[in-house]
Amino acid sequence: MLTLIKGGRVLDPGKIDGITDILVKDGIIIEVIAKASPSGKSKKNNSESLKKYKADTVIDASGKIVVPGLIDMHVHLREPGQEYKETIETGILAAAAGGFTGICAMPNTIPVNDNRQVTEYILNRAKEVGKVNVYPVAAISTGLKGEGLCEYGDLKEAGAIALSDDGKPVSNSRLMRRAMEYAKGFGLPVISHCEVSELSAGGVMNEGIVATRMGLAGIPNEAESIMVARDIALCELTGAHLHIAHVSTSQSVNAIREAKRKGLPVTAETAPHYFTLTDEAVSGYNTNAKMSPPLRSAFDRDAVREGLADGTIDVIATDHAPHSSFEKDVEFDIAANGIVGLETSVSLGLRLVEDGIITLPVLIEKMSCNPARILGLERSIKKGVAADITIIDPAFVYTIDSSSFYSLGRNTPFEGWEMKGKAVLTMVGGKVVFDNIIRL
Amino acid sequence: MQFERKDILDMESLSAEEIIFILDTADQLKEISRRPVKKVPTLRGKTVVLFFYEPSTRTRSSFEIASKRLSADSISISSSSSSMVKGETLIDTARNLEAMNPDVIVIRHPSAGAPHMIARLLKTSVINAGDGMHAHPTQALLDLMTVREKKGYIKGLRIAIIGDISHSRVARSDCIGFTKMGADVVLAGPPTMIPKGIESLGVTVACNSDEAVKDADVIIMLRIQKERQKSFLYPSDREYSRIFGLNAERLKKASKDVLIMHPGPINRGVEISSEVADGPYSIILDQVTNGVSVRMALLFILSA
Repeated sequence: MLTLIKGGRVLDPGKIDGITDILVKDGIIIEVIAKASPSGKSKKNNSESLKKYKADTVIDASGKIVVPGLIDMHVHLREPGQEYKETIETGILAAAAGGFTGICAMPNTIPVNDNRQVTEYILNRAKEVGKVNVYPVAAISTGLKGEGLCEYGDLKEAGAIALSDDGKPVSNSRLMRRAMEYAKGFGLPVISHCEVSELSAGGVMNEGIVATRMGLAGIPNEAESIMVARDIALCELTGAHLHIAHVSTSQSVNAIREAKRKGLPVTAETAPHYFTLTDEAVSGYNTNAKMSPPLRSAFDRDAVREGLADGTIDVIATDHAPHSSFEKDVEFDIAANGIVGLETSVSLGLRLVEDGIITLPVLIEKMSCNPARILGLERSIKKGVAADITIIDPAFVYTIDSSSFYSLGRNTPFEGWEMKGKAVLTMVGGKVVFDNIIRL
Repeated sequence: MQFERKDILDMESLSAEEIIFILDTADQLKEISRRPVKKVPTLRGKTVVLFFYEPSTRTRSSFEIASKRLSADSISISSSSSSMVKGETLIDTARNLEAMNPDVIVIRHPSAGAPHMIARLLKTSVINAGDGMHAHPTQALLDLMTVREKKGYIKGLRIAIIGDISHSRVARSDCIGFTKMGADVVLAGPPTMIPKGIESLGVTVACNSDEAVKDADVIIMLRIQKERQKSFLYPSDREYSRIFGLNAERLKKASKDVLIMHPGPINRGVEISSEVADGPYSIILDQVTNGVSVRMALLFILSA
């Protein structure tokens, strides 16, 4: 089976940027043939090398951008335990539709992914569904209770790729210190949900003018940034790889920037909603704008954008958190935290490029190369590498309509937004798992 | 004027013109409560549902009396007797109530925005009788009515609101209502209880209660809840009453025909001394009397 991806602008940041053909055989990239640089200068003799192959399938990628397969390193798949919100299958379909070739599954399932059996269950289900690579993230502490370490050695053998108590902070500093030391021995990154529970307790949105006017209890920025500072200090103490999840505040961005300047092994992610929205989105008691950490002020949103632009924030991850309508169509105080993100992330990322905040290569770094590097995976357009490839149509204009989502979750604050640019084809291991290319 | 609004949800959404219309209507209806037979047939055949998810004596009985004086049938549902304890969602409960064709639903709920959610969903008129820390528009309207009645005007008055501003829906609604009517509102209270950005409502924050009381035409004292000590918001009742409470000594700094108000229930000896609460400047019970008139006005305007 030979597939030719033809005539697209192949963009592998720092390596390739130009009109290039890609030949895929048995799931592997076997030829990468440059046709022209982005400036349009054509390259000679390359058509010769294509002639010896006869492709079974040709994907016409002209006018599109062909990039190393995207990875979303922060996804809640809800299975096992809450299959009414999302299943491994629907989550995978949503990921494929969003252009993702790999997703990290957070451990706050029921039961918690804190042991080999649950990790294996997730991997087996994912394998049965196929399509997209699922990388289980195991818990830092058993039952996410913050009381004892999980068996990281066993979990790694079973296939866990990283550790996190996401959704909850590890409040006990001694436990966090030991978790980082112990994880370091296995080369597992520790993904930290940074929150000082005593400061966030009772809060349902960002503390500030909007919360004051709406009479909602606020959560100060420091509920996040104090914990970011603690974890950076523990990173310095232990030398373990610390990855800060869903950065939302200016203070956190500053702390991470400083840690990187010192050369500490710290990486960080933010989500599209933190670089797109502010706490004004909560107006009208919109529960689809309720999440943890909460949407912040415009000042913080701009700081997050700056952090993306200067490299402080390495990764864009969605924190895809599907919920059922009966968990969102309730009083704001009791509504579930979180929004879906898999099927809107690429378009929102492209808006950053459109707005001149980051360049397209930087966007691809943050959605593919950097998460791959952090997780020890390979995503690249080069000979001999697995054909995990995403094709983006930068001119695809559409309106976000949650009723068309593959995800079971419809909880998006972006409903009805007019978008330009979208992932239109997702290839995993040489197989096309999502195809929305408009063919005339 | 033509009153087009379906619901009364907060003071933010009401225009000054609408507020005046409500107050004028309340003034006219007040006389009914002074008659020997305190009942008119105006809302005969109308149904008012009083839906209280939070304990309330004053507001609930005030709405109930207001309904009865206008001959509307009122029924009262509390959270302990409702299906909420059986796990029914607010939206489902509200839909079920609407299926019985009431004309007005009065709701008090501990979550901010709950009345807005059901108002969006239902065709029935909704009156917010207090939602979390957000709004208590009928209290603000009765406060406005009482001040206008006693002073003859609201514009230019200096209104001091003292106490736990953060947790007070009364404070938020009074801030918006009084500033909308042209008064100057000054706030004071423990710094832990002054919410971030409250100045955006067009009010000023005083450094301490003496400064707020100084030359005030109206002083609205807020109830302090003892549970707040557990969240480290204030150290003790003793300290609170000394530093933030209203007593005869502190009152001397106010304007000489000052009005003392309190939304109740009062903590005697904590935020207000008995001497002041029962003294000549206190109009706390007039507020309660006018509460009935304001609620009659709203029921009348929305359902007649």
